[in-house]
Amino acid sequence: MLEKIVKWARVKSPWILHFNTGACNACDIEIVATLTPKFDLERFGAQLKGTPRHADIILCSGPVTRQIKDRLKRIYEQTPEPKYIVAVGSCACSGGVFDGCYSVMGGIDTTIPVDAYIPGCPVRPEAIIDGMVKLLERIEREEEADAVAEAAVEGGVGNE
Amino acid sequence: MARIKVPIGPQHPALKEPESFNLVLEGERIIDAEVKLGYNHRGIEKACESRNITQCIYLIERICGICSHSHSTTFVQAVEEIAGVEPPPRALYIRTIIAELERIHSHLLWLGVAGHEVGFDTLFMYSWRDRETVMDLLALITGNRINYGMNKVGGVRRDIDSEQARLILESIDLLTERTEYYIKVAVNESTLKVRLAGVGKLPRETALSLGAVGPTVRASGIPRDIRKDDPYAAYDQVDFNVITNEYADVFGRTLVRIYELLESYQIIRALIQNLPDGPIAVKAPRKIPAGEAVSRYEAPRGENIHYVRTNGSEFPERVKVRAPTLANLASIREMLKGGFLADFPIVIAAIDPCFSCADRMIRLSGDGKDALWDWERLRNYSIDWYKLRGIDFSNR
Repeated sequence: MLEKIVKWARVKSPWILHFNTGACNACDIEIVATLTPKFDLERFGAQLKGTPRHADIILCSGPVTRQIKDRLKRIYEQTPEPKYIVAVGSCACSGGVFDGCYSVMGGIDTTIPVDAYIPGCPVRPEAIIDGMVKLLERIEREEEADAVAEAAVEGGVGNE
Repeated sequence: MARIKVPIGPQHPALKEPESFNLVLEGERIIDAEVKLGYNHRGIEKACESRNITQCIYLIERICGICSHSHSTTFVQAVEEIAGVEPPPRALYIRTIIAELERIHSHLLWLGVAGHEVGFDTLFMYSWRDRETVMDLLALITGNRINYGMNKVGGVRRDIDSEQARLILESIDLLTERTEYYIKVAVNESTLKVRLAGVGKLPRETALSLGAVGPTVRASGIPRDIRKDDPYAAYDQVDFNVITNEYADVFGRTLVRIYELLESYQIIRALIQNLPDGPIAVKAPRKIPAGEAVSRYEAPRGENIHYVRTNGSEFPERVKVRAPTLANLASIREMLKGGFLADFPIVIAAIDPCFSCADRMIRLSGDGKDALWDWERLRNYSIDWYKLRGIDFSNR
């Protein structure tokens, strides 16, 4: 019962941390535009939070620059489990136009594991909504699979 | 009272971009502030040297997503000056229309962010909703909401047809109505005024000596605007006022930006009505002759300067960018001094900072260590580094 509530809460109220890892601002303002009335990502229960300790999903935009790398790792470690990382924009996916610059490490996945990639330069708000919904669907499926697996283990213990 | 040091950033709810500040506090008062740059530094100036001019426009547009047109126009103007290419009048008009639409979207964005920083989230949601009108216009004309890709050497890429012109005028009418509502909110609503008045003071003399630009300096009573002082594109064809006031605080900067919106609407109306016929671009040479040029542009945040030097090949030899936020950073320290810690977010937001424009590398010097390494020294260092780990590269 309790697990059901936790799962419901996890899927219906994903809290977001937005972290700019060296982006040009374009993806960042599109993320904010997604949260405002016209596109309204908040209808999926998503809310922008200020600290990694409150967040479930980290939206990272931009290529990882040399100076931000350690901070990105720290923020990843501060976020409680389960956490999901979304790379927003071409730069976050692969380095984009900045790939090869001396101060750029590459995409987000060069530093921390990424769960979803949303390409585009810059991403359109519709694409961010699409990516978020797909991620939430995946979280829901994973939670269900976990519940089935746990039930099977418990059932196995009971039979012995 | 004991002094304490509070580090803020690079990840902080009040900052949309990664930037670090060290504040020295005495109680609630800020005694001193220190800005640490570089979290957003990507090395674009260097990257330009290995790209040809057309690729450079694409890259330079991505210095900043909010004022992307300003950077690409400044760069293109410099290249046109070196190559001796004169863009046709229609191209200049279209460039100016896009520039003013960009100013409108940037100022509405700023108004929302400022509302958010002072806890007035209704204003944030309202102005961002109205901003979508401009974003739709930009998407209609250029095909993209941000990073429009409109400029090329010798003109623009896309034309404005009569149907689009009609839609622009309709949307501008709607926005004028909304902006007049914001003026009512900002000037007559006491909450916003009480919250912003007297915060982040920057007296006229300080603003001049620190070289502040854009709405920050105009709110200190100095009519400095490149559109008037050194007209580029089609700004010498239109009539508009430079908005200034004497408040010299965050409230003054808010008023400057809101009234500038009205001027922008006026400029766009005049430009659309007098849009000249003719081609939108002339053919430019692929190889730009050797030369150098400096180009200035009044971006939404202030004066934007690009320096370009070419050597006769397809690639620029040097590109230097001085974004408006860098010019305004020096005055942040003065604005924060003596203020409250709680005012920190709105004071930072009031210069409309764009750290992705401003971030750069700093050459350290003065502590006895030579910070600049030449190629030979780097090579020897790497050989020694590998030698310590058992690999000898010295004869390769």
